[in-house]
Amino acid sequence: MASLDDLKKRISSVKSTQKITKAMKMVAAAKLRRAQESAERGRPYSEKMNNIILNLSSGLSDKENAPKLLIGTGEDNIHLCVVMTADRGLCGGFNSNIIKKAKSYFKKLSDNGKTLKIITVGSKGYDQLKRVYKDNIIENISFKESKNANYFDANKVGKIIIEKFENKEFDVCTIFYNQFKNVITQIPQEQQIIPLKMTEDETNKSDESYEFEPDEDEILGNLLPKNISTQIFKAMLENSASEQGSRMSAMDNATRNAGEMVDKLTIEYNRSRQAAITKELIEIISGAESL
Amino acid sequence: MSEQFNLEIVSPEKSFLKKDNVTEVVVPAFEGEMGILKDHISIISFLKPGIIKISSGNEENNFYVDDGIVEFKDNTLSILTSNIFDIKNSDKSKIQDMIKEAENDLSSDKLDDQKRFIISQKVEVLKSLSLN
Repeated sequence: MASLDDLKKRISSVKSTQKITKAMKMVAAAKLRRAQESAERGRPYSEKMNNIILNLSSGLSDKENAPKLLIGTGEDNIHLCVVMTADRGLCGGFNSNIIKKAKSYFKKLSDNGKTLKIITVGSKGYDQLKRVYKDNIIENISFKESKNANYFDANKVGKIIIEKFENKEFDVCTIFYNQFKNVITQIPQEQQIIPLKMTEDETNKSDESYEFEPDEDEILGNLLPKNISTQIFKAMLENSASEQGSRMSAMDNATRNAGEMVDKLTIEYNRSRQAAITKELIEIISGAESL
Repeated sequence: MSEQFNLEIVSPEKSFLKKDNVTEVVVPAFEGEMGILKDHISIISFLKPGIIKISSGNEENNFYVDDGIVEFKDNTLSILTSNIFDIKNSDKSKIQDMIKEAENDLSSDKLDDQKRFIISQKVEVLKSLSLN
């Protein structure tokens, strides 16, 4: 059995770990609120953007010559996957859930004989994927310096994707991120952004015809690249809310576990202290008896 | 008053401005300035760098935009833009930075004509702002 001194040391070390996890939980809770707010504030933009594109593409007269970003290159041999993860760990299953989802998708692709290219956003995803898919990763982007998800960063990612698309480096683009449902549940998502898959929402659809200035094609050509950035930005916002939520519940669990451990160790400490005292008493008594 | 309509300006990060008593908006549409009054026909267009003029009641507000999309429908004008600021309390040094950046972009030779036109437009507008 460990000596009293060892137990004491262990208790105090667990206690200080508990303090850290508790502090991290508080920080995550505060950040979560902010991330959730900004996710909500960002929603009108992407919704409106979606509506406009929906209206535009449903009214498109010449579907054959529509912009490539909307209808794709007509092939699907090369797939680009954008895996969006966090830059930090200690957030439960957040990163590994995305990776798991992405890996199963990668496997499906390679089983079907498609070529795979990967862009990782966030250093944790890169760390986990580079072991197996090192040759497939063509770019690794990380925004460690920026505190919150902002549109400027999203735009940078969007521009890279569009540039690669224009150079015909891939046919289909899919992004992976965690959708924030609540603090406990985050759902890993795969979303195809090129060619654009419309989430048909009948309620928003209007039969009203618009006047376009300049013509539809030009507006679509201008709008679609922006939409890519917007989708990336949306994913980033969802991701940052999910990350904080996930970290919060992970740290909450850790704090609770540490508490349980402290209780257990304290009982063990008290028991062995009592045992030592009893042992000494017996020694004294039996010593006195033998006289 | 019956001459009023709704205006909403949203940026990716937040809803920038929401008004329901707007009487006239002038936006820098791609093919020239476009004034919008109540009961305008449904229209979608996109913006070039310029100034949005909003008249509501006795007020008149001016905003600078980099780019964006305007949609007018059912007497609601939505403007989606990624970079917008109020001219009244704009930061002179920030404008200077933006001019410098735009001029930098202009000097690269990878631009096509349309982009070059847009950026030179941007420089022009920003310069006129910094003079005021």
